[in-house]
Amino acid sequence: MSKNVEHPVEVAAITPVADTVKRFHLVSVDGKPLPYFSGGSHVVVTMRGTDAAGAPVVYRNPYSLMSSPNDPGHYEISVLRVLDSRGGSHFMHDRVKVGDRLILSNPVNLFPVNGTGRKHIFVAGGIGITPFMAMMDGLASVGGNFELHYGFRSRSHGAYWRELQERYGANRVNLYCEGEGQMIDVDHLLEHQPLGTNLYICGPAAMIAFFTDKARLAGWPEENIHSEQFLAPPSGKPFLVRLQKSKIEFMVGEHQSILEAIEAHNIDANFLCRGGACGQCETSVCSADGEIQHNDHYLTDDDRQSGKKIMICVSRFKGGELVLDL
Amino acid sequence: MSIAFKKETFRDDFTFRNSPAAIRRFPFPFAEDSYMYSVNIEPHVPGKTGSVFEHPIDVDEHYVSEMEDRAKVLAEDPLRCQALPHMMTAQWDLLELLMECKSKSYPDIFTLTRNGDKWHWVNKALGIDDKFTFGDTSTLPYEPMEYITRQSQGDFAILDQRDNNLWMDAGMVTTQADWSLDFDIGMNFFEWHGPVPLAHQMGVFERALKFMLNLQHGQPVRRFNWTMTINPRLDTSPENYHKWGPDRTTVTPENVGGKVHLRVELQSFFRLPRSNAIVFPIRCYLISMQELVTIPKWGRRFHRVLKNLHPELADYKGLTRYRPTVVEWLSQYDDGAPTSPGWDPE
Repeated sequence: MSKNVEHPVEVAAITPVADTVKRFHLVSVDGKPLPYFSGGSHVVVTMRGTDAAGAPVVYRNPYSLMSSPNDPGHYEISVLRVLDSRGGSHFMHDRVKVGDRLILSNPVNLFPVNGTGRKHIFVAGGIGITPFMAMMDGLASVGGNFELHYGFRSRSHGAYWRELQERYGANRVNLYCEGEGQMIDVDHLLEHQPLGTNLYICGPAAMIAFFTDKARLAGWPEENIHSEQFLAPPSGKPFLVRLQKSKIEFMVGEHQSILEAIEAHNIDANFLCRGGACGQCETSVCSADGEIQHNDHYLTDDDRQSGKKIMICVSRFKGGELVLDL
Repeated sequence: MSIAFKKETFRDDFTFRNSPAAIRRFPFPFAEDSYMYSVNIEPHVPGKTGSVFEHPIDVDEHYVSEMEDRAKVLAEDPLRCQALPHMMTAQWDLLELLMECKSKSYPDIFTLTRNGDKWHWVNKALGIDDKFTFGDTSTLPYEPMEYITRQSQGDFAILDQRDNNLWMDAGMVTTQADWSLDFDIGMNFFEWHGPVPLAHQMGVFERALKFMLNLQHGQPVRRFNWTMTINPRLDTSPENYHKWGPDRTTVTPENVGGKVHLRVELQSFFRLPRSNAIVFPIRCYLISMQELVTIPKWGRRFHRVLKNLHPELADYKGLTRYRPTVVEWLSQYDDGAPTSPGWDPE
């Protein structure tokens, strides 16, 4: 049984905030306050419903908390309806209604603000704006020094840009609308910051790589560069998995992670971040007739080489049969 | 009140004694007849009723006297309580944690009433009744960490999490086993563990840090550490070594029973919600040898553990000088009979 703390919540409001983005206002079902959290935290949302054929279906996706960390009365998340969705974002957009119940994990923070930083520069691409909204709220309440650089495809695609400028002012909130040809001057941004400035990037992988490389080249210390990527578990060819203890065997689908396949068979496995970073889903490999594809950021090189461990939320397998100690 | 608080001292005349109930609930840390380091972390979930694990934060009969001793230590040396400037949110997190835990576990002693950010805290044991605004330091007589830890047994270290490491950026440390907050403040996990022998090569700290970085809110963990102290002195700090160091030379076969103490630290680790920091309470329990051997299993086992202890560990724990005398004294309580696994008295 996954031993995570869970919070049942009710959807109190759903607000379209941009072309393909909806905001969900979530409140506790039992009336008790939800836990306080630090800006940058996310929750894993468990959605239960039925698919087109009427079969029960479970989706679990991590979403950044964008509401104020100082207000435990409710949580807010924003969900982008992804084109090649694995099911979760379409479910949130198309099936979830006001009054529906969801299960949230406890907040987990893999993208915190550096408390020792003297200044914080937030660079957001598209839906990557969400963690910064909670971070800025938290920093504003203690008089922190921050500025936001937010790029989006079009004014109707970009979420919250108007509210952010109104709340924090145009000198702190810099907007770059791609459709209007506005581009950020990265070199200027990175070359004129005081010592102790921290850089945070959230958006598509290419954008993170671009800014991170530029910052390194400009001489920023590694510990002052932070990023978070919203990664769906990578897809790949289907493969066969056998669970030694549970004595069952099944195929892991092309767009399905090992963890999801296990859950689809009503077996509980430990998990937390579902993004290959936190270590909770580490599983022992009994045997592997082929090659494990390690897609996580957690295992050491020795661990990977040993072939005895696998992070089932993101890693895959190529070959005959993968046997796990579950 | 549900606990009969004792009036006793941890210095000068050393009147500290454990009641029979306190002896029986003592967290004897040895589950087998020998000891070596391990990460030895387990979930900090409620344990047996009456045990030191029953509540997330344990309050016992020594509470009032320990707080008096803390106040004396701080009056003599204010540097035992420090917090770096970026740790204020974590200080408030800690205040909330300790007030919530204590008021839930001991409602006849501690009460907490929250009205938005207007809080009312009553501590009957220490005669405290304060109203304050959560988040506003000017409404408390001390900064939040100092305020609440002056009312909480044990030391507290608050660790900031950044750069895939933990940093000791705040703490209240007056009951320590020979380490200095003033020296360690600002150090990271590997740095403050620097002096510990053998453990680095064993990879204990790499594994422990990885685990700690992923510690989740709502899922605290705990572990035990132990050493020995001559006389029931809580403040065995490097700063006061000149006061207690020489005590190690005063152990004789006649006085082992009353003078030599096993010192056990119940260490727990809680993730703090607003700051994402980790608080590390280090709760200190003392038991004299003559109290310890009233539990036959413990007398047998501790004799074996101490006799076979790796010399480098004995040196690091400061036991070398008096170990032979204590082992000799304990041998009269070890008839060689087998002891059961686990640490419960049989």
